[in-house]
Amino acid sequence: MPQEKKASLVDLDKEPPSQRAAPPGQAEKHEQTVSSSRRGFLKDAGGLGIASLMGAAALLTNSDDAQAKTEWAEWFQGNYRLMTDKEKAQAKARLEKRYSQEYGKPVTVDTTPAKEGVLFGYALNIQKCIGCRRCVKACVEENNQSRGAAQEIEWIRVLKMEKGAFTPEKMNQGYPDPVGIQVGGNAYSAAGVTLEGEHYYQPEQVPEKDAFYMPIACMQCEKPPCVKVCPVRTTYREADGIVVIDYNWCIGCRLCMNACPYWARRFNWRAPILPKEEMNPKTHYMGNRPRMQGVVEKCTFCVQRTRQGRYPACVEVCPVGARQFGNLLDPNSEVSRILARKRVFRLRAELNTYPKFFYYMD
Amino acid sequence: MHKPIRFVVDYVSYVVRGSPKFYVWMACLAVLIVVWAYAFFVQATEGLAVTGLNNQVSDGLYLGNFAFLVGVAAAAVTVVFPAYVYHHKALHDVTVLGEMVAISAVIMANLFVLSHLGRPDRAWHMAPIIGIFNFPDAMLPLDALVLMGYLLLNLVCGFYFLYTKYTGGRVNNSWYIPLIYVSIVWALSIHTVTAFLFNTMPARPFWHHSMLPIQFIATAFAAGPALIILIFLIIRRNTKLSIADEAINLLSTIVTFCLGIALFLLMSEVVTTLYHPAEHALGLEYLMFGVQGLSPLVAWFWAALAANIVAFVMLLIPRVRKDYRLLPVACVLIFAGIWVQKGSGLLVPGYIPSPIGEFSNYLPTTLEVLVGLGNWAIGFFILTILAKGAIGILLGEVKYASEPLGVRSGVVTPFRTSFEPTRMQPWAPSSDPDARVEVGGGAGRGSRARRQGRVAVG
Repeated sequence: MPQEKKASLVDLDKEPPSQRAAPPGQAEKHEQTVSSSRRGFLKDAGGLGIASLMGAAALLTNSDDAQAKTEWAEWFQGNYRLMTDKEKAQAKARLEKRYSQEYGKPVTVDTTPAKEGVLFGYALNIQKCIGCRRCVKACVEENNQSRGAAQEIEWIRVLKMEKGAFTPEKMNQGYPDPVGIQVGGNAYSAAGVTLEGEHYYQPEQVPEKDAFYMPIACMQCEKPPCVKVCPVRTTYREADGIVVIDYNWCIGCRLCMNACPYWARRFNWRAPILPKEEMNPKTHYMGNRPRMQGVVEKCTFCVQRTRQGRYPACVEVCPVGARQFGNLLDPNSEVSRILARKRVFRLRAELNTYPKFFYYMD
Repeated sequence: MHKPIRFVVDYVSYVVRGSPKFYVWMACLAVLIVVWAYAFFVQATEGLAVTGLNNQVSDGLYLGNFAFLVGVAAAAVTVVFPAYVYHHKALHDVTVLGEMVAISAVIMANLFVLSHLGRPDRAWHMAPIIGIFNFPDAMLPLDALVLMGYLLLNLVCGFYFLYTKYTGGRVNNSWYIPLIYVSIVWALSIHTVTAFLFNTMPARPFWHHSMLPIQFIATAFAAGPALIILIFLIIRRNTKLSIADEAINLLSTIVTFCLGIALFLLMSEVVTTLYHPAEHALGLEYLMFGVQGLSPLVAWFWAALAANIVAFVMLLIPRVRKDYRLLPVACVLIFAGIWVQKGSGLLVPGYIPSPIGEFSNYLPTTLEVLVGLGNWAIGFFILTILAKGAIGILLGEVKYASEPLGVRSGVVTPFRTSFEPTRMQPWAPSSDPDARVEVGGGAGRGSRARRQGRVAVG
C-alpha cells in the first residue's frame, strides 16, 4: 500500500472552511453585498475588454462614467516597475480613489520602495510553535485576503507533523518481499519534519499530544522559481528581498503556482470577498491592497508594515514567540543572531531556491 | 491588384457552397461555437471558479488540450518533411492540406491558452513591444512566440502555394523552399518548447524529466498523422480529390514507428519511476493505480494504454495497415489514447500530490467542457473552410480566369496548374461524379484505385 502520510484526503473545495470567528449569517450577508458590487465592476471591466476590440466608439461612450474611466486607465497602465515616478503617483491616486469609494473609507496605497542596506529574513522556531493558527487569522485580517466559504485564501498554512507511529500491531501488517525488503506495515510510518503534512486539522485544543507543527508561507526565495517562469514579469524580487506581485499586470496564467515548491501562492478563482468593515485601509501597492478576480497573490512579509519599520502581523500576534523577523544584513537583528547561534534549516534546500525563511530549534 | 481580390472572392464563394452534409456539419459546429461564446463569457465574468480547478490542481483540461494540440500542429511536419526532403510525390501533392491542419491546430492551441488565463483581457501583456516579453527566462511567452511564428509560416507557405496554383503561376523556389525547411525545424521547436513549459519546474517531479520533449514529439507524431490520415480518408470519400494511397501508407508507417517509440518511452518512465518508488513516484502511482482509493484517472490511463497497444499491434501488420476500413479504427484509437495520455494523464498527476503532499480531486465542470468543446469546434470550423478551399484549388475548380465564376466552373483548365513545369496535370471532367482525379499521377495510383477498378483520367 502507498504511503499513509500523504493521505490528507481532501475534497474538491478550493480551500475548505476553517474555524473562522465571524457569525455565519453576517458573513453571508457581506458576501452577497460585496460580491454583487464586485461582480458589477468586473462585468464593466469585461465590457471594457470587449470595447477595446470594438474601438474608440465604445471608449467614448464609457468615458462619461468616472468609475469606468478609472478602470479604463488602470487597464492600460504599464508594469509598475517600468512606470515613471509621475505614472506611479497617478496609479496610486487612482487606486486610492477607487478603493475609498468601494470600501466607503479613506484607503491609502503606500508605494514606499525598498530601503538600501536591508535584506529581510524570517526565522521560525518549530520547537515553540503550538499550531494555534493565530498567525493565519492575523495575516488574513492584515492583508485583505478573500474570506468566507465561497473563497477562503490564507497565505500561511500550518502543517501538522506526525511523531511517527511504530507499533507492534504493524509488525503483522504488510510483508517482506523475497529479499527481505519490507512492504507496508512499519515501513510506511511517516515521522519527522517533511513538507508533507495535514493542514486541515481541527483539534479540541492545541498543542495536540501526538503532533508538532510547521507553519509554511512564501519563503521569499533568493532564487525564486516563480519569478523565473512569470511570462510578464509581474512577480519579481524587490531590492530588500521580498518577492512581490503587481496585481494589475498579472495575466493569471498560474505558472508561478506550478513552479513554487512550497505551495505558497493562491489564485483568485472569483472576485475576492472582502467585507467593507473588515477591510484594512492601510495598504501597499505591492502588498495588501485589495486584489481583483483572476490574479495570483501570496505573502509579502507584510510589506506595508515592514517597510515602515514594523513587524509583520504574524510575528506580532504569535503567542509563544516562535516567529522572528529582521534584517539579515544587520548582525544584531533577531534573525541574524538566530542564524549565528541556532540549528537552522531551510525547506527543500536541495532545490537551490535559497529561501530567506528559516526554521530552527532551540 | 486584381488577382488577389479575385482569389479571395473565388475562394470564399467556393467555400460557402456545398452539399447538405457540409451545411449540417458546419451548423453543428456553429451551435457548439455559440454555446462556447456563452460559456466563455460566463467564465470571463464570474472567474475560473466556474471550472473544476482549485489551488491544488490549478490547471487541467485546458492546458492538457493545449499540449495535445501543439503536437497536432507540429505533426504537419510528417507531411511536409517527406514531401520536400525525400520528394515523396504523393504527399507533395497534398502538403498544403497538412499545412491547413497545422494552422487550425495552432489556433485551437492558442484558444486553450486564452481559456486558461485568469485575465484573458490582459493577454496582451505577454506580447513583445506593447507588453513585457520575459525572454529568455519564461517559457510561456517563448511558446506563444514560436506558435505565432509557426502559424505565420504555415499561413505564408500554404496560401502562397494555393495562390500560385490559383493563378497558374510558378512557385518561386528560391524563397519558398528555404521557408519550408525553416517550417520543418520550427515544427519541432514548437513542441519542444511546449514540453519545456512543463518539465523545467523541479517543484513538479512528475513533469521534471528530460524525456518529456522527446515523449511529446513521439506522441505528437503518432496522434497528429493519425488525425491527418482520418482527414485524408474523409476527403477521399467526400470530395473529388483522390489522395494517393502512398501518401496514406507513408503516414501510417510514421504513426507506427512513432507510436512504438512513445510506448517504449512510457515503459522507460514507468520502470525508472516505480522501481524504487520515491515520493516523486506518487504522481505516476496516482495515475496508474490510484493512491489510498483516490483513483479517478486509473480507468482512463489503462483504457488509453490499451487503445494505444491495440492500435500499435494492428498497425504492425501490413495488411491491416493498408486496409482502409481498419486503418481509421486504429487512427481513432491512437488519437483518443494519446489525447488522454497527454491531456489529463499528463496534467493532473503533475499537481497530485501538491508540493505539500496533498491529494485533491479534479473533475472538469460542464462549463469547462463546453469551453473546451467550443475551442475544438472553432478549430474544426476553420479547418473545414481552409481544407475545402485548398481542395477546390487543388482540383482546379477554383482558378483565376477573367470570366465570371458560373461560366468557369466545370471547365477543364486551359493552362498548366502544376508548379512542376514538366509534368502534365490530368484533370477529370467534373461533370462525371464518379471520376476521381489522381493528383498524384500514375505513380500515385494505389491498391484502392485498382481494387475499385477506377482508372484515373490522364
